Amino acid sequence: MAAAARFILSATSFCKASVHTWSRLGGVAHSVSSVCVPQTNTRIQRRHAAHFTFQPDPVSAQHGPTQKMNLFQSVTSALDNTLASDPTAVIFGEDVAFGGVFRCTVGLRDKYGKDRVFNTPLCEQGIVGFGIGIAVAGATAIAEIQFADYIYPAFDQIVNEAAKYRYRSGNLFNCGNLTIRAPWGCVGHGSLYHSQSPEAFFAHCPGIKVVIPRSPVQAKGLLLSCIADKNPCIFFEPKILYRAAVEQVPTEPYQISLSQAEVLQEGSDVTLLAWGTQVHVMREVAAMAQEKLGVSCELIDLRTILPWDIDTVCKSVMKTGRLLISHEAPLTGGFAAEISSTVQEECFLNLEAPITRVCGYDTPFPHIFEPFYIPDKWKCFDAIKKMINY
Amino acid sequence: MAAVGGLRRLCTVGLGAVYRNKTSKIYQYRSFRVNGVLQQQSFDSLEEKPQFPGASAEFVDHLEFIQPNVISGIPVYRVMDRQGQIINPSEDPQLSKETVLNFYQKMTLLNTMDRILYESQRQGRISFYMTNYGEEGTHVGSAAALDPNDLVFGQYREAGVLMFRGFPLDLFMAQCYASADDLGKGRQMPVHYGCKDLNFVTISSPLATQIPQAAGAAYAMKRENANRAVICYFGEGAASEGDAHAGFNFSATLECPLIFFCRNNGYAISTPTNEQYRGDGIAARGPGYGMLSIRVDGNDVFAVYNATKEARRRAVAENQPFLIEAMTYRIGHHSTSDDSSAYRSVDEVNYWDKQDHPISRLRHYMTARGWWGEEEERAWRKQSRKRVMEAFEKAEKRQKPHPDLLFSDVYLEMPLRLEKQKEAMWRHLEQYREHYPLDLYEK
Repeated sequence: MAAAARFILSATSFCKASVHTWSRLGGVAHSVSSVCVPQTNTRIQRRHAAHFTFQPDPVSAQHGPTQKMNLFQSVTSALDNTLASDPTAVIFGEDVAFGGVFRCTVGLRDKYGKDRVFNTPLCEQGIVGFGIGIAVAGATAIAEIQFADYIYPAFDQIVNEAAKYRYRSGNLFNCGNLTIRAPWGCVGHGSLYHSQSPEAFFAHCPGIKVVIPRSPVQAKGLLLSCIADKNPCIFFEPKILYRAAVEQVPTEPYQISLSQAEVLQEGSDVTLLAWGTQVHVMREVAAMAQEKLGVSCELIDLRTILPWDIDTVCKSVMKTGRLLISHEAPLTGGFAAEISSTVQEECFLNLEAPITRVCGYDTPFPHIFEPFYIPDKWKCFDAIKKMINY
Repeated sequence: MAAVGGLRRLCTVGLGAVYRNKTSKIYQYRSFRVNGVLQQQSFDSLEEKPQFPGASAEFVDHLEFIQPNVISGIPVYRVMDRQGQIINPSEDPQLSKETVLNFYQKMTLLNTMDRILYESQRQGRISFYMTNYGEEGTHVGSAAALDPNDLVFGQYREAGVLMFRGFPLDLFMAQCYASADDLGKGRQMPVHYGCKDLNFVTISSPLATQIPQAAGAAYAMKRENANRAVICYFGEGAASEGDAHAGFNFSATLECPLIFFCRNNGYAISTPTNEQYRGDGIAARGPGYGMLSIRVDGNDVFAVYNATKEARRRAVAENQPFLIEAMTYRIGHHSTSDDSSAYRSVDEVNYWDKQDHPISRLRHYMTARGWWGEEEERAWRKQSRKRVMEAFEKAEKRQKPHPDLLFSDVYLEMPLRLEKQKEAMWRHLEQYREHYPLDLYEK
């Protein structure tokens, strides 16, 4: 059953006992707010329904018994498994001790101790630098950055230090035991500083891995792979899916391979490529294209941004001849640009139409204009129409 | 007044801790300060005391700004005077002749290597070099006070620490020449040394990035219970970086067994200290983070040794960071890309070279005890120079690493795309090899 994320304020609901997640502004992250909206006849502004419907994957018995979990719970499960099996593992960042602003670390401090799950001072460059040091000393470091929008103070530590540690030391030292996690992507009202998708900045940095899951089952497996991986990894978690995405998730640990894209749906006319939340948008677009245009779409979830699975994407485009890439991050220099450039190099003669990118505009992420900004299903649908008729 | 007195008391606790060696009393002091925050009055108490979670100080009823102590400042701890005479005999660490001779020989060997490698850059044999002139005492004094298993994070002017630990001249040279013997596989500029066996983390150019990393490594070691400390070196210029603030704060709040060792040598390239900071140097920042701090005479190898030894002992025993600011002077240029006569007088440099040099002061100490003389000096100079020249000549002849090493170690495993780039490079070289210096590189 698809769980639709509804953010419509009910005029009759008053101060619902909702989940109060702490955000930087001291406001509410993405749960239903406790504002009372009076009933009037005039047109009032309502907060919109989400721009997608989360599609859970079919339940698999592949990894043992499962439990109903949303995305943040699947993250907690992965962290729980890690702390249980790896005595050196520690989790740290701002506000992780009480459970985290998105509840990803709830219960872990009580279960594993305050020396293993702890708050740090409010300093992203310190969080990542500290994490590098833990990793260099041979322990497993899982660092939380409260929002991907705040990762930039740590950019130097990530790009100049973490990514280059092994190379510059001639493999004498490395920080492969470091994993950085951060909430990522649009959330309906996040605006400039609670909605960003910074993967493109890090895609340009050899030495790190960048991974983005689309669902709870994917998140747990990919996060466990990042933690196990002997290279520093950044794991971006689509925050809009934290509560909206619910699936049956294996309780035991399991890994999903990095640098492997997944073909979710086979098709013959156009390849749709996305990652994170946008995969669900594209799923709907594929259904619309089939229904309204009779176009058969092949849907791919890229999953790992760096190093990315060039072969799977190119193999698909060589079959379909058309590629649509979509991401929330701004168009110019976004990761779709790298994919587009590579695919045209490898598949030039197979292309029936120019590679199309449907992305955010080249602006900061706006607040009230979010419905117009995001690469929604109508923009993607329209892009397919144009590609088919090229 | 109470607020000012409180701050002085805080500083005095920090100083007293090292002077008095009464560790149990100091430990009590520290837990008292911590508990002070926790032991607030109950909210319905009749006494008016501050209840703020952020600070546990008293109220004061008149307006007075706390003066930063820039004039008198934190005093400089020393054991020897400028002539190498012990001032307070109870502070003499009374190291054996063998130990002291080793200090001297390591400092002078470093000095000799510096001269030769600086010259070799001038002659175009290596691309770049940084000397350690004047700061040898900070390296050897601190390195000697550590355990060989203690992890060292450096900045770039700590070659003496590595030398003291036994890094061979051949490997120093191999790194500077980026030869096939370089442990770093020829990837970095000269003086970016690293050695896993000697617990010396590879140097990187960005300044102060090692400071929060050192805090993390110390935290991991604390959890291991392995009786290991971390020492983190940096200059007074790097201490201005945000990473320094981050590292200090993290190490104090997360209770890490760590020594921060600041080499305050007066200059960050051309920037003198009065353009780097307005407070009382780096040591005065320590109390602001809740850290025990001390300022020492960096040109007095025994002062450096004593402070580091005590800081190391307590850092591990009490799981807290220590800040040592070693005052010294950068006698050489910042690097081979710098000519410091552009921003300081030759007289100033000469003063330090002639009147207050860590090597001369230690030599006076040794000669006063009859442990060293003209003959030993002459013989050692000849021997050390010979050793350095041998290593130098070997490095000169050595080939560079195989070009495949351009591509490895980016990740633990080589990504497919990079594998293809490597193949593309070799295909290119097949066709255009005469334009590339392949003969200099291992086949």
